[in-house]
Amino acid sequence: MTLRVVDLACARGPAQILAGVTFAVAPGEALILRGANGSGKTTLLRTLAGLTPPLAGEIITAPDAIAYAAHADGLKAQLSVGENLAFWAGAFGTQDTSAAIEAFHLGPLLDRRAGEMSAGQKRRLSLARLLVTGRPIWCLDEPTVSLDAENVARFAAAVTAHLAAGGSAIIATHIDLGLPQAQTLDITQFVAKRIRADDPFAEAMG
Amino acid sequence: MIALLKRDLMLAIRAGGGFGLSLAFFLIFTTLVPFGVGPQTGILATIAPGILWLGALLACLLSLDRIFQLDWEDGTLDLIATSPVPLEGLAAMKALAHWLTTGLPLVVAAPALGLLLNLPAAGYLWLIASLLLGTPALSAIGTFGAALTVGIKRGGLLLSLLVLPLYMPTLIFGALCVVRGAAGQEALTPLLLVAGITLGSLAILPFAAAAALRVNLR
Repeated sequence: MTLRVVDLACARGPAQILAGVTFAVAPGEALILRGANGSGKTTLLRTLAGLTPPLAGEIITAPDAIAYAAHADGLKAQLSVGENLAFWAGAFGTQDTSAAIEAFHLGPLLDRRAGEMSAGQKRRLSLARLLVTGRPIWCLDEPTVSLDAENVARFAAAVTAHLAAGGSAIIATHIDLGLPQAQTLDITQFVAKRIRADDPFAEAMG
Repeated sequence: MIALLKRDLMLAIRAGGGFGLSLAFFLIFTTLVPFGVGPQTGILATIAPGILWLGALLACLLSLDRIFQLDWEDGTLDLIATSPVPLEGLAAMKALAHWLTTGLPLVVAAPALGLLLNLPAAGYLWLIASLLLGTPALSAIGTFGAALTVGIKRGGLLLSLLVLPLYMPTLIFGALCVVRGAAGQEALTPLLLVAGITLGSLAILPFAAAAALRVNLR
């Protein structure tokens, strides 16, 4: 299923951040979002994930196709690695966590509580969650933060395998993941003039 | 949704989960009352229904701000919102988990504390029945309040201010049921009213809580 975004306007809180965002991502493709800090990458991804309703425009895709991974890991410190993954598998109605454990080499950590792990290990667990969701379109916000080189390679391999299986990915990142089939989109071009989304005067003066 | 409930119960009983805190508060609150009002058994018997209900209500209140706040802080709430679990289902499961870990233990402990406050023998059955039927309403209303205040740093006080007035009808009819039962009067009507409040809360508030969550997640 191709993800198609047409003339999308996104807001964060009362401020409109992006306007006129248009792109398409076909199965097997990855889209790398580039842009300076604060240019609206997170806002765009949150809108795509359905957490923030768009101000205007359309996101055309199958329902429940998008898996979202944010800055925050969304892990429970008191639960073990296995329990955290099993919970997300249950929430997304899938069963198999073994592929996710394999891909991010979590086997040795399986019984460790998430609260006792390093930031990089938590990140790996958080990314492994994506495989558990079983969803075709991944929206990832700075996925490689606090990963070492070896695990960045593991992550890139997981994304490549996901693309090869007909999935797609939209990734906001500052580093080069070396993905095949990756287009780059600089979102600076879509940055809206910072007007309040609900301010009728700004609209009239604009 | 079952996965959510299982996780919440597991988190509650793990270290730092806060299970038993409300119960301990309930125990201490009701044991303090005789020290405050003096040991005259007549007075204690009169105020016992009100004190027990008030104690249960405050104990419930104590754990409300944990319902969504922890999930919001670590990003879990965002991720659950993108999962196939509807937010209405999430709110219902959160209320259920809160009741199982807070309300139900209070119901079980209340008769023992009734003894401490010299509650007349005729009142015990009504006490258990009214708490059993009334505490789910406390959890459902509290979940709605927690959904409204999620994302507000240290929103616990605001949450109490929002939720306590909404607890009033449950408290009035719950305590009235025990008072009348203890005095040997007809107590079924207030009990049915408590049950009505609970059913109404359970039917409406998960939807209201989900709407509040949607606004707060933006």
